[in-house]
Amino acid sequence: MQSANKLPLATLAKHATVFLLVLLWTLPTLGLLISSVRDKDSLTTSGWWTALAPAERNEVFRTPTAEAQTQSGDVFVIEDRLFEEGARTLDTWGQRPTDLTANQAGDVVTLDNGTRMTLTEDGQFRWESDEPFELTRGERVFYVSQVPPTFTLNNYEEVLSSEGVGRAFINTLTVTLPATFIPILIAAFAAYALAWMNFPGRLWILAGIVGLLVVPLQISLIPVLRMYTGLSGIFGWEAKSYGGVWLAHTGFGLPLAVYLLRNYMAGLPKEVMESARMDGASHFEVFRTIVLPLSIPALASFAIFQFLWVWNDLLVALVFLGQGEGKTVMTAQLVELLGSRGDNWEILTSGAFITMLVPLVVFVSMQRYFVRGLLAGSVK
Amino acid sequence: MISQIITASFVIALAIGLSALFFVGSNFILDRFLSSESLTSDRDRQRRDNLREGIRPWIFVGPAVLVLVVYLVYPVFASLIYSLQDRNADGFVGLANYAWAFGNEGFQIAIRNNILWLIIVPTMSTAFGLVIAYMTDRLWWGQIARTLVFLPMAISFVGASVIWKFIYDYKGSGEEIGLLNAVVMALGGEPQAWISLEPWNNILLMVILIWIQTGFAMVILGAAIRGVPEDTLEAAIMEGANNFQIFFKIVIPQIFGTIVVVWTTITILVLKIFDIVFAMTNGQWETQVLANFMYDQLFRSGDIGRGSAVAIVIMLAVTPVMIYNIRRARMENQ
Repeated sequence: MQSANKLPLATLAKHATVFLLVLLWTLPTLGLLISSVRDKDSLTTSGWWTALAPAERNEVFRTPTAEAQTQSGDVFVIEDRLFEEGARTLDTWGQRPTDLTANQAGDVVTLDNGTRMTLTEDGQFRWESDEPFELTRGERVFYVSQVPPTFTLNNYEEVLSSEGVGRAFINTLTVTLPATFIPILIAAFAAYALAWMNFPGRLWILAGIVGLLVVPLQISLIPVLRMYTGLSGIFGWEAKSYGGVWLAHTGFGLPLAVYLLRNYMAGLPKEVMESARMDGASHFEVFRTIVLPLSIPALASFAIFQFLWVWNDLLVALVFLGQGEGKTVMTAQLVELLGSRGDNWEILTSGAFITMLVPLVVFVSMQRYFVRGLLAGSVK
Repeated sequence: MISQIITASFVIALAIGLSALFFVGSNFILDRFLSSESLTSDRDRQRRDNLREGIRPWIFVGPAVLVLVVYLVYPVFASLIYSLQDRNADGFVGLANYAWAFGNEGFQIAIRNNILWLIIVPTMSTAFGLVIAYMTDRLWWGQIARTLVFLPMAISFVGASVIWKFIYDYKGSGEEIGLLNAVVMALGGEPQAWISLEPWNNILLMVILIWIQTGFAMVILGAAIRGVPEDTLEAAIMEGANNFQIFFKIVIPQIFGTIVVVWTTITILVLKIFDIVFAMTNGQWETQVLANFMYDQLFRSGDIGRGSAVAIVIMLAVTPVMIYNIRRARMENQ
């Protein structure tokens, strides 16, 4: 109904603007992805946007010596290949580096001494002479060739095996799964109590949780780390352990979890729960058999939040798990690579993409729940 | 590798199992030992029931409260005390750490940059999000467009830093492989080492967060735009309003509350920004921010007092929002 009174030009401008914005938002990731499957050499010498265009390369070929010649009839021939067939195509060639475009591929060129040289497009080299060749050292031939675009998974192999990213992947998984599940479990019980049970201090706890929503986790780093160190001194535990990280993530994720879940559970129909209570079901049974199944959308929303947050976290892992000792998570590993292999883009791009892969899959497949969680978490 | 995966799976299963066992077990114990079935008199039954159901809420809410107190409430007070102590938290030094911080050049730069981040990032993210949400609202390929803009939300700050560092790449010789320099050269400019180019490098770091957060703003504001009553839009069209007038005079006033919420949410995030600066420059070339400055004090200089003082400064910055939220929540639940 709106487009009826709009100029086609305005509609076109709108499409173009949106397209441009979307392009702006997509290109960075696309560049990374394309770069990660290009081979190391072309990655460092040309921009990723040229990946589909064949690359021009200038190279030198040294001819075989007289030993390689064969005689066919009256003619003496030296033959060779410049490169594997199909690996590239030859454009032009010359005998001096300053004269690369002197001859075309396929030309039969008569040289100063009367010999005839041919370089074909597919890399065949043929040199004919009426007299026997006597050269003991190969001549140099300079040529320009087109290298077709090649894509490879070598970068991924390298980064997974030798740069510790494979190991870091498992470490991240070990941190993320419990650090997602534990807060959901704790928060679900707390949310039920805050929504449907009556006990003194309920409103205070609720207000406290709303306040804690914005507390920056930086404030917790020193006190909790000192607490861990103190406990490790007393009990002989490791100060930097997976358990410590799980609980830290639980603490930092809990305010949002309780807040989201309580809002959701408070909106469930009261009658269902009351009739179940009348029938003698305990709160635990009501929670387990009625509220929990009904709350699955909200649980899924928070699960995605927490999963993405923990998977992508750097600070908490750095502080409570540390680097080295085989516990480095992927984000920390990536930062380390940025420092130590800052110019090795083949490692960085493939490493970065591996860290993004799982979140992107989770995100795309469960976007609906994620959006629902965002809306519940911020608009209320 | 295999043994590592097995160990990891075992550890994960153990953690998940134990935490589930706590709730199931404690409720079972409560029902088992405080059951009223064995009692005969009604009064005893009633008393036992009340006792049992008085304890149960605390089993439900107890672990959450405990974790929150240990990991968030106690640290606020502990940090406050540490910030008044010396580098090893041994002796009381009064406000010396704060005095040091405010006289320190790194801290001043961090404050300046945080203010810049606070002004630019939430505003730009919200603005871009609003424009994209509005323009894709009635577009037939709007859903695809929104998904693509939303996608960076899934990418870690560190991953995004790699993506953008690649864009800002500068070699200085040969062909530039960074997109930004390629564009600059195509327009006839000179390639630059963007990351160390003060003060513009700050803006370039902010671009990363704007790129990530626009999707968030777009989703929330998109939902709000869809909630704008159809008849107000139709009335405006009848009156002959053009698209810009509809956007600025009809849509924006009606979703203004949501815009403020989005802006505030991103502001809180920006105050804590750490990963991007840590990964891109580590605070060099005048790009320091508070959270990274704090990390430096804490883990590079090993100074608990100064690190805590910076943490408290970050905490104070979010306090107004916190108080506002609590007030609003208490009014809602009254």
